[in-house]
Amino acid sequence: MALIQTQALTKRYPRVTALDALTVDVEPGIIGLIGANGAGKSTLIKILLGLLEPTSGAVRVLGFDPGRDAETIRARVGYMPEHECLPPDLVAAELVTHLARTSGLPRTAARERASEALRHVGLYEERYRQVGGYSTGMKQRVKLAQALVHDPDLLLLDEPTNGLDPAGRDAMLALIHRIGTEFGISVVVCSHLLGEVERICDSVVAIDGGRLLRADRVSAMTVERDLLAVEVDEGTDELAARLGQMGLPVTRDGRLLVVPLESDDTYDLIMGAVAALDLPLHRLDQRRHRVAELFAAAPRPAAGPARQEVGHGAG
Amino acid sequence: MALADGVIHDIGYQRYTGPRLGRRYAAVSLYLHSLRTAFGLGRTAKAKIFPFIVVGLAFTVAAIAVALRTQSGNVIISYLQYCDAVGIPLLLFLAVVAPELVSRDLRAHILPLYFSRPLRRADYALVKLGAMISAMWLVLAGPLLLMFLGGVFAQKRGASGAWHEFTDLLGGLSYAGIYALIFSSIAVLVASLASRRAVAAASIVGVFLVTTPVVGVLQVLGGDMLRQLSRMIDPVLLIQGLSNWIYRTHTMDIAGYGPVYLAAAVLLVTGCVSLLVLRYRRLTV
Repeated sequence: MALIQTQALTKRYPRVTALDALTVDVEPGIIGLIGANGAGKSTLIKILLGLLEPTSGAVRVLGFDPGRDAETIRARVGYMPEHECLPPDLVAAELVTHLARTSGLPRTAARERASEALRHVGLYEERYRQVGGYSTGMKQRVKLAQALVHDPDLLLLDEPTNGLDPAGRDAMLALIHRIGTEFGISVVVCSHLLGEVERICDSVVAIDGGRLLRADRVSAMTVERDLLAVEVDEGTDELAARLGQMGLPVTRDGRLLVVPLESDDTYDLIMGAVAALDLPLHRLDQRRHRVAELFAAAPRPAAGPARQEVGHGAG
Repeated sequence: MALADGVIHDIGYQRYTGPRLGRRYAAVSLYLHSLRTAFGLGRTAKAKIFPFIVVGLAFTVAAIAVALRTQSGNVIISYLQYCDAVGIPLLLFLAVVAPELVSRDLRAHILPLYFSRPLRRADYALVKLGAMISAMWLVLAGPLLLMFLGGVFAQKRGASGAWHEFTDLLGGLSYAGIYALIFSSIAVLVASLASRRAVAAASIVGVFLVTTPVVGVLQVLGGDMLRQLSRMIDPVLLIQGLSNWIYRTHTMDIAGYGPVYLAAAVLLVTGCVSLLVLRYRRLTV
């Protein structure tokens, strides 16, 4: 059974079209829903939950129609909203227990599973503290715990790494990966960063301006390799020449040199070249793909009036 | 050491196979949670201060009524008079608790968490209103019960006196219900329109106060009929007019307009409830 199916799904607001004839079939697993801000990710999630009504088209979640069986779907789906959504003056354990009961779990089960969910997201010790005193990372974990507490069949996570520092992002992504693989729960992760989610996802659905750009297994998308960005304070040209001689297909991007990451040896080759030329190395890091980069080569669908925003620089 | 052999097992994630109770249970859970919130239970000590001061004051008035009655042997404050005396100051209770129940959820953007669960938007609205009505009714009903117990011991006519006392109590409890229903409907609707608690509180008091001068002007200007009818613009006088008709207390001249007062009250409550439900149906989350 397909996890999510949409057929010419369209959502029009008086001034913008948030979703434009979106047709996609999603199989169970960890799915990355990728798009720039305003691409229609949140709109799609809200339609899946039955919180918004589509203007036209058909949609099925876990085999149910959100228009008619919204309650059935909502009982089996966990939702983590993008923005802050926690009452600051409640204790985390109490809040998650309360929300578990609102999801239909009996009192005792709700309390037990709230503790478990908070333990799984790594907040066991702190669960009797007020949410208002939590850091952003801890709040994100509470939001994930409340989505997970009733053991859903599908988790819808809207920008779960929002506002987190790099370490927090990695921890959150590792957690989501665990939920998808060990817990056996299908997860849809919204993000505007492809590089961030492709590491943990089985498949990726990319949308832009409410239209489907591409939906594929991640394994089929590996043609797009990771890139290394090198920046030296001086001697950029010499380094470029040197790397070129070593057989690395180097390209220039402003002050940066961009080299495809073939294997871990690439790091050593670059370090060796920098050392041999005795150049002051400013940075050498893996470049995260952005949606725009990945699809820049592909022919883009004409951007109609549907486009809300062209913010591809996000990231 | 005995513990040396102990191994800590990470039992990992366990799927839930127990019952999943539906929408009705979700609504009841939210209702109980909201009722607790109204009295600051399950929250910080600071949140408990105000509700408990109000409850304390309500009981104090009732205790004084009981004391006066046992001392003098006469009913100085009846159940209905108690509701009138305490019901109006309870406006402050409403002004604090209704925003606590409704505006706080708007302010913290909690609604997406509720609406993504098996609970409908109208359920949420009605449950919150129900919790407010219940909280206000409980604040009145508790002291009325105290007065009843005091009254039963004070009267000297035995079982028939106790029965008479009991029917009086029922009158008081139902009157407290009318107060709770009308006051809460207005207060929750107003609170649902403001996400800041202070603004919501001020608006609730404002809505109740603004009608008073209007009624005052109409009282001076109008003839008999206008005087007898214009009072229903003020929710407090509407309730008292209603009590004149239902309980025949003769504290206010409403002539034969009792049914009109009832119709106005029903219209007011249904209007507020419909707008409240509409408000949440329209809300984008």
